[in-house]
Amino acid sequence: MLKLTVDGVAHEVDADPDMPLLWVLRDRLDQTGTKYGCGIAQCGACTVHLDGQPVRACQTRIGDIGTAQITTIAGVSGRVADAVRTAWRGLDVVQCGYCQSGQMMSAIGLLSGTPKPTDADIDGAMDGNVCRCGTYQRIRAAIHEAARTLA
Amino acid sequence: MLKVARTPDAAPSRRAFLGGAAIASGAIVIGFTLAPARQARAAGPDLSGGAAQPNAFVRIAADDTVTVMIKHLDMGQGNTTGLATILADELDADWATVRTAFAPADAALYNNLLMGPVQGTGGSTAIANSWYQLRKAGAAARAMLVTAAAERWKVPASEITVAEGVVRHAASNRQARFGELAEAAAALPVPQEPRLKDPSQWRLIGKPGKRLDSNAKTDGSAIYSMDIRRPGQVTAMVAHAPRFGGVVKRVDDKAARAVKGVLDVVTIPTGVAVIATDTWSAMKGREALSVTWDDSAAEMRSSDAILAEYRERVKTPGLVASKAGDAAAAIAGSAKVLEAEFTFPYLAHAAMEPLNATIERASDGTYDVFAGCQIQTIEQAVVAATLGVTTDKVRLHTQWAGGSFGRRATPGADYFAETASIVKATGGKAPVHLVWTREDDMAGGFYRPMVVHKLRAGLDAKGAITGWEHRMIGKSIMIGTAFETMLVKDGIDSTSVEGASDTPYALPAYRFEVHNAREGVPVLWWRSVGHTHTAQAMEVFVDELAHAAGADPVAYRLGMLTAAPRLSGVLKLAAEKAGWGKGASDKNRGLGVAAHESFGSYVAMVADVTAEDAKVKVNRIVAAVDVGIAVNPDIIRAQVEGAVGFALSSVLRNRITLKDGVVQEKNFDTYEPTRMSEMPVVEVHIVASSAAPTGIGEPGVPVIAPAISNAIFAATGQRLRSLPLDLSGLKGA
Repeated sequence: MLKLTVDGVAHEVDADPDMPLLWVLRDRLDQTGTKYGCGIAQCGACTVHLDGQPVRACQTRIGDIGTAQITTIAGVSGRVADAVRTAWRGLDVVQCGYCQSGQMMSAIGLLSGTPKPTDADIDGAMDGNVCRCGTYQRIRAAIHEAARTLA
Repeated sequence: MLKVARTPDAAPSRRAFLGGAAIASGAIVIGFTLAPARQARAAGPDLSGGAAQPNAFVRIAADDTVTVMIKHLDMGQGNTTGLATILADELDADWATVRTAFAPADAALYNNLLMGPVQGTGGSTAIANSWYQLRKAGAAARAMLVTAAAERWKVPASEITVAEGVVRHAASNRQARFGELAEAAAALPVPQEPRLKDPSQWRLIGKPGKRLDSNAKTDGSAIYSMDIRRPGQVTAMVAHAPRFGGVVKRVDDKAARAVKGVLDVVTIPTGVAVIATDTWSAMKGREALSVTWDDSAAEMRSSDAILAEYRERVKTPGLVASKAGDAAAAIAGSAKVLEAEFTFPYLAHAAMEPLNATIERASDGTYDVFAGCQIQTIEQAVVAATLGVTTDKVRLHTQWAGGSFGRRATPGADYFAETASIVKATGGKAPVHLVWTREDDMAGGFYRPMVVHKLRAGLDAKGAITGWEHRMIGKSIMIGTAFETMLVKDGIDSTSVEGASDTPYALPAYRFEVHNAREGVPVLWWRSVGHTHTAQAMEVFVDELAHAAGADPVAYRLGMLTAAPRLSGVLKLAAEKAGWGKGASDKNRGLGVAAHESFGSYVAMVADVTAEDAKVKVNRIVAAVDVGIAVNPDIIRAQVEGAVGFALSSVLRNRITLKDGVVQEKNFDTYEPTRMSEMPVVEVHIVASSAAPTGIGEPGVPVIAPAISNAIFAATGQRLRSLPLDLSGLKGA
């Protein structure tokens, strides 16, 4: 049995330590807000936070998580998360929306460490998150907007 | 994605309405009996929506929520918000109480009026086909609420007003919310001729209303097809043949069955399915599977070999799609003759959510299907046929789809049939969730066809076009499918030649021909279908001719578009907003233009690029669009912005190749979508119009490649035609 804390809730999971966090979240805990897109850390749809840092859940073995706090799109909260969510909604960023959990988790990670990101900062933090609908212009605008409200 | 016949500006009919009234049992909703089936019309589709059908499209609950039934799939294009807007405006609903629900499969109620007898989403038709249907439904429901209030208050209906979900009688100072009147309204006869609003009375249509799906898609609560979790559900993953047309010869499943979590292994028509308790176990089980394939009927060729064959065959005469005058003679007598060849690769849709579906057998032998259903009535029929039941035993539950770009709609409902086959093979013991990995999705075929265009045109001494010869080769999307009778005539698939053989340019003599290739690679509509390649060939070649004529590319086009005012309109607007012709630009930087009509919508784009040393940076795209009445201008802008992000990677690098019949690109590392740092600034201008609305899910795509190609020429003097653009030889000016 492995102990995991997801969005502040403790779980015990009977699973192979090699099992990626993504599938533990989605199939064992029915936490489907975190998405599967590629399985090889090329798209960022599965981005979650481990102790506040964005990671790709498809490449994170549950055996390696230890006591780190896991945060998903469904449970992420606080000033930065609120600003990001408000900006995403205010600008109607989403289209299909499937990648947006990961986009927002990456954006929250960026703004948590870099409260006033430049366009180059945004490129650096967000290039690993693919949006096939092509909503990048609004994602960029929403990150700047969230930064303004946090200032 | 389906091309459809279209009659613009169809007026609403005043057909008598015969429906009775009823209350859905056990629920306080407006519920009506069905309208009689619409009579098929010989001349083009009927967009009138027939008699008003509020029963089919709106539910008003006691808590005042207004639920608009969505007969289409929303794969991100925002049609749920647009469709709800249309109905809610005529209803005078309070937008804050408006909800949406995906409608079930129902050929009697929910067919796409532009697709014949099919309920489905494609060809950018969702708004266009629903325009009058939903306005009438909203207007009829409003009239019934008014009548209910008039009867309750014993006042004339003509003195009653409705605004934002509240019905009022000012003289007696009475008012009621929709929810308070819904039950009484449901018992009333449906109005014969609901009066539609004058555009001046619209409060929602034409305004940038907020998307109804933003909240659920930003907190993880939106349920996509991939997120379906039924009690007792198992996950299935299928080992497919590595080559198209390959079939299972021998299976050794011993090791697979030994994997923890694997429950069963079954052979089905499309391969070998591993059934497990969860996705990870299914993956591990499939990896442990040993399958020998029979490739005797498989496509064994490489895409290079197929392309080489195309390039030879395109030199020979094909089927004539359209012609006027004697193009060959006109070209022969020209002062100048230009020739060009364009090649296009197979393209995968690569939606973010890989294909998947869930089918559950109920205890009474009926079935529930949960998926991103895109051609519902066909998907229902395919599932029913696979499971050996009648269609009324199969219920479809359409879910949010994480993109599609055409892939979720196949004429044979491929992944629905595969899921149903697994349910059948396992006796319906447990709900089966079929999951395709990214690799399954990308290597699974149904690509935008590979295509070659060969063009030749002449110019007279003044630079005017004398004649145009144009030959294409590619595999038809429609031949051999259920859509063949509707969209293929005399061997010519309209989706192969659309955007070329019907060019709006005034050409004095022309001849468009097409060859239907027949390789074993499955092909499919890909966001904007034939226009994905015809617009590049047409708009780059016209640009070449303009330069050969020493003319300005915008003025040259306008000179040939005097009979195409809406296309001219967007071209002029895009040029004006982009500062076309305003002075010199930086070194290695240039502007390129393209304009194209698709699916009844008109789009022009000016691309601003910097090109040097085998690299291209698209700095900015200025777009102008004419989609008739802009139901939701912000969603229209979003679709055009997104079209740029979607298509840019297909301009710069994406291609699906086959080596000895095996697909080489299987994930985003080798088929890399556009990324944030590559995204240009996109500026979208919408032409004001009173024409009936058309679509914008696809029409933004076709002009992107030619605008960029033409801008690279402006920046460097180098003409790149084929896609993806071969930048290897590109040098600065």
